[in-house]
Formats: sequence, structure tokens, C-alpha cells
Amino acid sequence: MEWATVCSAGEVTELLGIGALIFDHQVAVFKVDGELYAIDNFDPFSQANVLSRGIVGDLKGELVVASPIYKQHFSLKAGTCLEDGTVSIAVHPVRVQDGMVQVALGSPVSQQAA
Amino acid sequence: MSNKESLVVVGNGMVGHRFIEQLIQAGGLDRYQVTVFGEESRPAYDRVQLSSWFTGTSAEELSMVPEGFYEQDGVELILSDKVCTVDRELCEVLSESGRKVSYNKLVLATGSYPFVPPVPGHDRDGCLVYRTIDDLEAIAETARNSKVGAVVGGGLLGLEAAKALKDLGLETHVVEFAPRLMAVQVDEGGGQMLRRKIENLGVKIHTSKNTQNIVDGDGTVHQMQFADGEVLNTDLVLFSAGIRPRDELARECGLELGERGGIVINDHCQTSDTNVYSIGECALWSGRIFGLVAPGYQMGQAAVDHLLDVESTGFTGADMSTKLKLMGVDVASVGDAQARTPGALSYRLIDEEKEVYKSLVVSGDKKKVLGAVLVGDAEEYGSLLQMALNDIKPPQNPAELILPQGSGEAPKGLGVAALPTTAQICSCFNVTKGDLTGAVAGGCQDMTSLKSETSASTGCGGCTALVKQVLDHELEQLGVEVKKDICEHFPYSRQDLYHLVRVGEIKSFHEMLEKYGKGKGCDICKPTIGSILASCWNEYVLKTEHAPLQDTNDYFLANMQKDGTYSVVPRVPGGEITPEKLIVIGEVARDYELYTKITGGQRIDLFGVRVNDLPAVWKRLVDAGFETGHAYGKSLRTVKSCVGQTWCRYGVLDSAGMAIRVEQRYRGLRAPHKVKMAVSGCTRECAEAQSKDVGIIATEKGWNLYVCGNGGMKPRHADLFATELSDEQLIKTIDRFMMFYLRTAGRLQRTSVWMENLEGGLDYLKEVILEDSLGLGAQLEAEMAANVDAYQCEWKTTLEDPEKLKRFRHFVNTDEGDSNVVFVKERSQIRPASQEEKIIAKSA
Ligand SMILES: Cc1cc2nc3c(=O)[nH]c(=O)nc-3n(C[C@H](O)[C@H](O)[C@H](O)COP(=O)(O)OP(=O)(O)OC[C@H]3O[C@@H](n4cnc5c(N)ncnc54)[C@H](O)[C@@H]3O)c2cc1C
Repeated sequence: MEWATVCSAGEVTELLGIGALIFDHQVAVFKVDGELYAIDNFDPFSQANVLSRGIVGDLKGELVVASPIYKQHFSLKAGTCLEDGTVSIAVHPVRVQDGMVQVALGSPVSQQAA
Repeated sequence: MSNKESLVVVGNGMVGHRFIEQLIQAGGLDRYQVTVFGEESRPAYDRVQLSSWFTGTSAEELSMVPEGFYEQDGVELILSDKVCTVDRELCEVLSESGRKVSYNKLVLATGSYPFVPPVPGHDRDGCLVYRTIDDLEAIAETARNSKVGAVVGGGLLGLEAAKALKDLGLETHVVEFAPRLMAVQVDEGGGQMLRRKIENLGVKIHTSKNTQNIVDGDGTVHQMQFADGEVLNTDLVLFSAGIRPRDELARECGLELGERGGIVINDHCQTSDTNVYSIGECALWSGRIFGLVAPGYQMGQAAVDHLLDVESTGFTGADMSTKLKLMGVDVASVGDAQARTPGALSYRLIDEEKEVYKSLVVSGDKKKVLGAVLVGDAEEYGSLLQMALNDIKPPQNPAELILPQGSGEAPKGLGVAALPTTAQICSCFNVTKGDLTGAVAGGCQDMTSLKSETSASTGCGGCTALVKQVLDHELEQLGVEVKKDICEHFPYSRQDLYHLVRVGEIKSFHEMLEKYGKGKGCDICKPTIGSILASCWNEYVLKTEHAPLQDTNDYFLANMQKDGTYSVVPRVPGGEITPEKLIVIGEVARDYELYTKITGGQRIDLFGVRVNDLPAVWKRLVDAGFETGHAYGKSLRTVKSCVGQTWCRYGVLDSAGMAIRVEQRYRGLRAPHKVKMAVSGCTRECAEAQSKDVGIIATEKGWNLYVCGNGGMKPRHADLFATELSDEQLIKTIDRFMMFYLRTAGRLQRTSVWMENLEGGLDYLKEVILEDSLGLGAQLEAEMAANVDAYQCEWKTTLEDPEKLKRFRHFVNTDEGDSNVVFVKERSQIRPASQEEKIIAKSA
């Protein structure tokens, strides 16, 4: 697995997503209760790279981000869409190494216009 | 040609149109090929609301026919073409333009025409009638060069016409042949009270006047000469002396008519020729003409049933009770209002101080309510009508039904529980109590859904209060606790949350969650509470600890569009802008290649800004003196205005100046939803203030304030809230109104919906705001003052803070932009590329 460095750990704020470009692929990174999560930034419903700009919360105990465009919710852990079981997005491994946030591309990487 | 039968409808008025709807609903188009002839140039419009044309409702808004309605169902609608002959032998109609259509079935829905007494001079120029939009246009045109107007006829329509003349600024007279007003609907005492109230509004009433001649006036265009020797000088004469059925076609083709006109029909609305039906105001059933729209609709249904061989009882007559507002005066008449039933007992209440008159008529044995007249306060209309229609026994002392209610007493009248399920609640759409309770049980648990499911109270609206009572009662019966939780994290309504934040002096979402919520919150409760915190504590919405609560629009202070880019709207208070500033907007748009469009709110929207370009774009705008327009916030958008007195020859006050003042005052205020306002400089209402949350219209005597209007998806005409206000009174009233809305409205509830759900409605709101019935006035004003003082331009503040500016980038690890944002050119400007266009762009 190849890790790409995104930013320093201090640059990720609790509950505020950030976008990053790794290996030409857009990801959204979130921090909730100190834990990091990385998912695709691409919202399959609006076909736009916007998930890093969604509001983070939980629904029935599942950590989610809401797409800022049409408001569907995606699980931060599993990438599944809560409103439509047939749709899901890729989740990616994320870690802190030497004070830096790193993301690797998990598979499968969903089809997207990078 | 198809093998369908041909159905021809003559007349596209209210009833003729509704008939087509009823036919379509019943699947009648499978059997009939339909052709409709209308003499007027417009498709059917709401004649009942005709007078609102004078207060700004456009002909388009009055229309009852949605765009494409007839076309989509293959009904042929021929307008501006009058049917002039019916040949019953050949089963054929012939129109003025020479069109010939044969029919298997024919429906005459030709309505009626205003009766003009044949006095000499009745046909002079400037002698007009009041029935169609064309008539209104003629009235407005004539009024332009008139000072005085006289309405002939003091009935229901005459008084409505008088109101119109008054609104057009004429000195207004009503000339009535009978000794009192509205002689058909109300009794003598009611007529007197009505007269008194209307005279107080500045309309002169002349009763027992028999017009004998209309000649050249003395300093005016006309002079009306009466039998008693008196004269009235006037510039405009408006006849409203009753209606007559339009039965000329029927007469000419030999159908049976009533002695005094009207096309005779049976219970199925068939005329003396079984292939010819007649419905609406031209039809005579059981010797009676029905001059209201609801009975016409019922006839339409009866005809549809018969045309489709559906078993039905047909038309069985209709109740002619009415409730209306004449010049702002509530007037209602129920059943035997004049106590004509032998042995009937009457009770009367006359309150000269409040100018209220009520009379109640019950049967001699006091077992039945027979009728009632209400003037000045028609609150009991719904319940008295139901008691009369359903034979509900009045209390031991029937007078209690109309006596003023002492404080703390249980509400009088009937509980809706007493109504049988067959009781008709909404007469416009024939909705029974049973229909309502069924819909409630089926899941319609608020007024909005109940109305859209059953159509109840979407016609004249007279039954709204009653429908709400049935709803509340049913919910209680079903044991439904009306659930108001905004989401799974907070078991509270927005109103509760607002209260908790204020009273508990809560300053953060975290604190709120800890004390009153559970879980982590979501995209529903976070922005809601973020907005409440902003409006309670006047805090900069971008404060770091609130940042995760904001929707992307509030977070980036711009409006996200479908491709993830943003649009930017600088504030242009009152729509007034200098050429220099216009140039700056143009230059910014050109330099950043933005799409520009003028908004409906009199400002300019710049589209296609990438998130990383937002600060640079705003830097240029702020440097040129622009402020944020809050187009992204649930907050005040714009205050639209006309140029007013300053430039316009009709303007009476400085509307643009007031608009700017109002916009500067309420800019940035966070509310349950967006808020729109407008100020018009005269009653021509060019700023369309009556479709806004807050609408202000200048009059010669001060500002009139309208509230809770809405355009958009669910238009609502604003309610007149207060009149003739000074500048200071106006601002104070809006301060209170806005803060009360902020406190009590639900999440994403516009003022229009808020008003419709507010218990007690407009009257209650007036009490709270104008009469300070809750003693909240000073507090509301102080809260608003604090908000006004704390205002800051969020963009200016953001640009000054390097930490905040860090947010505005698409990637944390590179300065590159989003390569998926692609534009193409259309009409010389950019627009987002489609998926196909993006693929082509990439492969190129
Ligand atoms: C100002 C005003 C206020 C009113 N307020 C109320 C109220 O508050 N409540 C209430 O219940 N009712 C009210 N009414 C009455 C209500 O408008 C009528 O009951 C209703 O419009 C009757 O509908 P209709 O289709 O029978 O007639 P109309 O609406 O008059 O339609 C008849 C149509 O047929 C057309 N037509 C006639 N002859 C021909 C022909 N030969 N060929 C082609 N077309 C033809 C006419 O031009 C007209 O457009 C009001 C009326 C007015 C004028």
C-alpha cells in the first residue's frame, strides 16, 4: 500500500472536512472524536467533488457526512449511502505518521472524473 | 377522427372550467372528445377574487388554468370566439368566427351578465359594469381621469365595486334603490351596522334612491338624477344592480326558460333537450338561480356523473349562506337570515363601541338554528352554519351563541365532535367531515397536507378555522401526540430550542447537545442551532467553534451551485447602485470569467466562482465599498423597491429611501428561513410588496404594512397588518414582527407557512405585535436593537483574518483547483459543462 502525505495532523479540525489530491484522486478527510476518516470527495448524486464541504454528524449511531448539494448521507466508515442502498463511495485507509496525516487509496476507487 | 363522442362546452368561466377538471378527474376524456368555446380572450380566471386585481393581483395570477392544462389532455379550447347559434336538429354549434362543431352532448355554461337598468343615459361613455377583467381595465382607465365615482347598487357586488373605486383614489358613492345595504343577505339591523362601518371608511351611502336619468354633470362628467329630485355629480358610473342569466343562446334555439329567464334544468342539469346540459349561473333549478360559485361546481359534478352514466343523486340545491369581507368588514349571512320562517325567534346583539352586529334566528320551539347575520365579527359563521345545516340543537339559551365570550370561559358554539360525518365542511370542493377524518387517519396530520389531500379550504377559504378544528380534534382522538422534534438528536421543535438557548443562556452547540440532546448532531439540527445562536447572541457565524454547524453556504459565505462552484451576490440596498459600482461588478465578473445574471431581488448574481477564488473576488468587491448580500444565509435577502416619489409622477412617499433604511437595518439577521421585503411608493405596487414576507406600500397618509406574503413555490398574498404608519412606527412594528417570527417559527418555516399554522392567525399576531397583548413589545425591540448594533459584514471580517482565509481552498495539499469544474460558453457566457461535454473536453 502506498501512502501519500496530506497535511500536518494539526491542520485537520474536529468535524470539519478537508479535501486532498492524492495520486490524482480527490479524497475528503474528516476528524471525529480524534479519529480520522477518509472517503472519496466525489458525490455520485451531484457528480461534483463536494463531500469535504458537508456537515458531519451521526444518524442512528452511524457517523455520516451529508452532501451539501442534495443532502444524501454517506457513512464515514463504510462509504454506503443511507438513503440509497445501491450507491456507495470508496473509503480509504488513513493514519498519522510523524505528525503528518497520510492516506492510501483503498479499493475499489469509484469511477470519477478526477 | 376518433370514435369518441363529441362534447361541446359553451363558456369557459369558473364553472365551465371546473366542469372540465371534474370530467378529466372522472376519466371522461376516454369517452368524449371535448371542444370548449370561450367568448373572453382569457382562459377561465377566478372571478370571486376579481377585486384583488385592483390591489395588485395580475390577470395571470387570477387564472385558474395552469399553463398547458387543456393542451396536455387534448381538450380543444377556442378563446375570443362566441357561439352564436345552436342547431339542435343537426346537433351543431356555430361560432362568430364561422367555426362549426357538431356535438353529441352540449353543455351551456354561459354564466350571467350584469343588469344595467334602462335609465336614459345608461350607455354614456364612462358608465361601466363589473364582471370581467376587461371591465376592470376599463374602470381603471376611466378612473385615471376621474375624481368622483358612483356605484349603482348596494348589494354584495356593489360594495365590492365601491371598494375598488376607493382603492383607485376616487371619492366614492354608493347609490341603492332599497332602503338598506345588502338587502338580500342581511336584516335591517345588520344593514345599518354595515352602513355605519362603511361610511366610517369614507364611502358615501345613498339609500332609497331611484336613478331616473344620467346627463352631463355640473363640473363633472355625469350627473345622476333621482326620483326624489336630488342629484349626484360624478365622473364614473358603475352599475352593479344584480345579474341576469345569459340565456340568449338557449332562448334562440327554443330550450325551456324560466319566466324571468334562466335555462331550466333537472337534477342532472339536463335542459328540456336531453342532449343539452346547463350549469352555473345561467341555469335555473327548481325556479332558482344560484349566484355563487359553489353551487355551480356542484352542478358541474352532477352533469359529469350523468354524462358518464355514474349513479348519483345529482344536484339537490345548495345552501346560499355566505361569508365575506367587504372593505375589510366581515359580513356573514346564514340560512334564513331575515327570519321569514313563521314563528321564528330572533336574538340580536348590537355593540356600537366595537361596531359589531349579530342576529340569530331559531325555530319557535328553539330546537333548530335557522339563520344568522354577522357584521363586524363573523367568527361564529362556521359553527352557526354547521348547526343550521345539520340540525344541531342550540343551547337552552340560544343567545349564548352570539354573546361575547367572557374571559376564561370555555369556547362557545359547537364542538366539532357534535358534527355528523356527513356534514359538509368545505362547500367549494364538497368536502365532508368524514373526508377530513379519513384523511387525518390516513396520515395527513397538518393543515398543509390535509388541504392538499382533500382540497378543503383551498377555494374561498371560509372554512379554514373549521378544518383546523376538525384536524386538532381528530389528532387528539387518535391519541397522536403531535410530534415536533426537529431530528433524532433533539426532542424539541425549533421554537423550543430557541427558548432553551435564550433562557439557559446557551452559547454553543456542544453545550446544547450535552444538556438537551443526544448523539453528535446532524445536518438538520446543527445549522438550526447555529442560526439560533447567531440571532440570540449576535455572533459572527464564522466563529471557529460554530464553523462545523454551518451549511456550506454559510461556511463559505456564498451559494453553492450544482457543480460545486459558488455564486456571489453583493448587497445592493433597495436595488440602488452607482455607475461606478456597476462597473466594478462588471470588471470583477470579466476578470474571473463569471456568469452574471440580474436577480429578481434587484441585484446582480455572479456565478461560477471556485472556492479558492472566493476571497480574491470579495477583496475586490469589499475594496470598492460592497458588502455581503447574505444570499447564502437564512436571513434577509433584499428589500425590493420602486423609485417612489423622488422620480415617479405617481409616487407618494420615498420608497427607495425607506427600502434602503429597512435593508440596512435587518441585513445579516439570522432567521428560520430566508426573508424578503419590498417597498412600493404608491398603491400601483410596482415593487410587488404583497408577495413578500414584509411588504410596505406608501399611501398619502403613511405606510401600509403587509406581512407573510410569499411568491415562489406556494404563493400567498400578504395580509394587511397595519395602516397609515409613520416611518418610526413602521420600523418599530417590523422590529417586533421579525423578532416574534424568529422566536416562534419552525425550522425552515417561511413567514407565510408560519402564519398559516399560527393559532389565532392574523388577529392573534396583531394583538401580540400591535396591542402588545403578551407584554413582549419592549423586549422584542431591544433584542432587535442588539442585533442591529452587532451587525458586521461577514466578508469584510473574514478578509481581515488570515486564519479564516485558509478555509478557502479546494485541496489542503496543493493549490490546484478542481479539474472536474469545467465550463462551456453559451450566449457569450459560461455555464457548467454536462458530463458528455466534460468527456469531450478531456479527450480534446
Ligand atoms: C366581483 C365579483 C365577486 C364575486 N364574489 C363571489 C364570492 O365571494 N363568492 C361566490 O360564491 N361567488 C362570487 N361571485 C360570483 C361568481 O363569480 C360566479 O358565481 C361564477 O363566476 C359563475 O361561474 P359561471 O361559469 O357560471 O359564469 P362565468 O364565470 O361568468 O363564466 C361564463 C363565461 O361564459 C362566457 N360566455 C357566455 N356566453 C358565451 C357564448 N355564447 N359563447 C362563448 N362563451 C360565452 C362568458 O364570457 C364567461 O366567460 C362574484 C362575482 C363577481 C363578478
